[in-house]
Amino acid sequence: MQQDMENFDFSDKLNVKELKLKNPQNLQKMNLCATIADALDIALKTDPSSVIFGEDVKFGGVFRCTQGLNEKYGTDRVFNTPLSEQGIAGFAIGLASSGANAIAEIQFADYIFPAFDQIVNEAAKYRYRSGNEFDCGKLTFRSPSGAVGHGALYHSQSPEAYFAHTPGLITVVPRSPVQAKGLLLSSIRNNNPVLFFEPKILYRIAEEEVPVEDYEIPLMKAEVLKEGTDLTIISWGTQLRQVRMAVAMAEKEFDVSCEIIDLRTIFPYDEETVLQSVKKTGKCIVTHEAPISGGFGAELAAKIQEKCFLHLEAPVRRVCGYDTPFPLVFETFYLPDRFKILEAIKETVKY
Amino acid sequence: MFCKSILKNRAFTSSANRFLVQGANRQFGAMDLINYDLFDHKFTNDMEFRSSFDKLKCFRVLDEEGNVINKDYEGSIDDQTLQKMFKTMVMMNEADVVFNQAQRQSRISFYMTQLGEEAAGVGSAAGIKDHDLIFPQYREAGAFLWRGFSIQQMAHQLTGNVHDFGKGRQMPVHYGSNKHNIVTVSSPLCTQVPQASGAGYQFRISGQDRIAVTYFGEGAASEGDFHSALNFAATLRAQTMFFCRNNMYAISTPIDDQYAGDGIAVRGIAYGMPTIRVDGNDIFAIYNACKKGREMIIKEKRPVLIEAISYRVGDHSTSDFSQRYRDEKEMLKWKELLSKFKSPIHRLENYLLKRGLVKPEDSKQYRLEALNQVRDALKNANDQKKPSIDDMFNDVYDTVMPHLEDQRKQLKEHLKKYGEKYNLDTFQGGNAFANS
Repeated sequence: MQQDMENFDFSDKLNVKELKLKNPQNLQKMNLCATIADALDIALKTDPSSVIFGEDVKFGGVFRCTQGLNEKYGTDRVFNTPLSEQGIAGFAIGLASSGANAIAEIQFADYIFPAFDQIVNEAAKYRYRSGNEFDCGKLTFRSPSGAVGHGALYHSQSPEAYFAHTPGLITVVPRSPVQAKGLLLSSIRNNNPVLFFEPKILYRIAEEEVPVEDYEIPLMKAEVLKEGTDLTIISWGTQLRQVRMAVAMAEKEFDVSCEIIDLRTIFPYDEETVLQSVKKTGKCIVTHEAPISGGFGAELAAKIQEKCFLHLEAPVRRVCGYDTPFPLVFETFYLPDRFKILEAIKETVKY
Repeated sequence: MFCKSILKNRAFTSSANRFLVQGANRQFGAMDLINYDLFDHKFTNDMEFRSSFDKLKCFRVLDEEGNVINKDYEGSIDDQTLQKMFKTMVMMNEADVVFNQAQRQSRISFYMTQLGEEAAGVGSAAGIKDHDLIFPQYREAGAFLWRGFSIQQMAHQLTGNVHDFGKGRQMPVHYGSNKHNIVTVSSPLCTQVPQASGAGYQFRISGQDRIAVTYFGEGAASEGDFHSALNFAATLRAQTMFFCRNNMYAISTPIDDQYAGDGIAVRGIAYGMPTIRVDGNDIFAIYNACKKGREMIIKEKRPVLIEAISYRVGDHSTSDFSQRYRDEKEMLKWKELLSKFKSPIHRLENYLLKRGLVKPEDSKQYRLEALNQVRDALKNANDQKKPSIDDMFNDVYDTVMPHLEDQRKQLKEHLKKYGEKYNLDTFQGGNAFANS
């Protein structure tokens, strides 16, 4: 999986306008992990109330995303917690509701479930249940997620749909270093609890020129990565790489023009961009790594058929993980890879 | 008198101030006891906030050089068992070295050693009975070996081949075997611990001479599951043994970032169960504590906690590089402790040498035999096919549900067209799957 990606150019043109860059010339080559650390550094520097914590965070984190921050900002602000995800989540809510900007790390998204109660019943409903007397908006959970080639059941899951199903939470998944830095800073500064899922397979392999300055990328705003006329493909995170490879194959093999949308914020998502595109192309594929049934693709497909029914020339197609746990040795068969997307493009276009 | 006869009939011995509740037509069981201690409070004029008790000491039989310092427990293990313990620990150690290297060579995708903690798994498994149900964490391969889960079976699991009991679905070191009464390892931390409370309860109410034994680290003991598990087991009187391997580190997090109280043992006492702290590198201490603990669990119908103090000599896993956080400054903290916690293998070997139960040349011979066996097992495992692709869809439920049957068909259709893009040959019946 990793090798496939290494032979393909995923670089984006820098969107100076969206990023509102003051110094678009001042760039530095960084991988996704380094941009996360950079965004966290900026968050600590620009907001003295920011604190960063989680399991093994002090020495730099198991993925090295908090490297150097403890040395720079001290142990009161960048610290290890005892090993308890529900503890981390509850503690984070307490911090955020009492004046701190809380940035919590859950070491793997697969391990977020002990924190589910605190996130879903507490963080998500803090503002609503108190009549806006209290809120924990200054709260961000970062967590590495997604397939990695050898992670099996418990180091591979993409749990975004569970959280997208909870009113009061914002769920974000970046696709690249530039996106990660701007989206993470927006998430940290947004006044609602945000879950920020980082595609961990990209930590080292996604590398590009990243603006050095402090910039934000708006939440709840999708991005059209590539314009096209015949078919819209919607995805997020690592899966966009499979989409880009599939589209390259399809456009080379036969006469088709695909539009690719990066949803970026999973929920609440940018309906306008999605619906406009599907109305234009009349055909749509949604693809994600998580299991197909009840995945976020189902929500998108339902919304699209509701709002674009008369524009549709084919059923909205989902290319997703199977409804099984994430299996180690069968990962290549499990994943909705570029060949499955390619086949879906062919069938949808021919429909 | 009535109470006493009930106690006797149910082969139950209570502590001095525990009595049965009387009532018509009631099934009397361990939970019908009233612990009058709970309802008894004494009063004082002193306003004293207490933050500590005397620190619990580590029970040990052997010192760090393998000298017997506690003759009462020396004779508890027969010579044959001692030799088997030593051989198993040596085997574990060689397996750890070879498997760890195999990961570096990409022959397996991941590994976790028990370097420095060989006594915990082996000694505890020897101290309980083979039909006791183990709920492991992930660093108890020694217990698997003790029960006869072979090196070959480990290698099959580590390579995720067709002979892996887990059908290649889980990461390496996630062993498990129904035959050996060891529940399959799960990556999420501490989830197994309350499960052991439930199993221990089931063993009591079904009147079995069987206990549930669960292992976990001092890091896992910070999880909410740990606290529920202990409280449930104590109040519901589960036949459960909680075995904490306190090896001082949870990945990079040292104990002083993990807890501020007296380790894990004190929590056992707080939840109301007999608790002991042992020298985790002294296999005599571990064996004896587990044996005695098991007797108490069965006799008194309540759980026991054992905290074994040791030190994680190796990295957390092959994904970890512990020199990053165990630098010179950090290591100063442990200097004193480590001089007292020498390798459990070294300690047992010294003891056996003094007793003449092994000869100086034996150890080398055991190591060589173990090394060859591990290498052969790994080679054999690497030569096998991966499990059948069908197994991706099996066991999600007891039968393959219609929606999964559909998805299996979709995959077959896909592989008919794109089969050459996947390594079908490496899977058992891979090509046949695609063309069926």
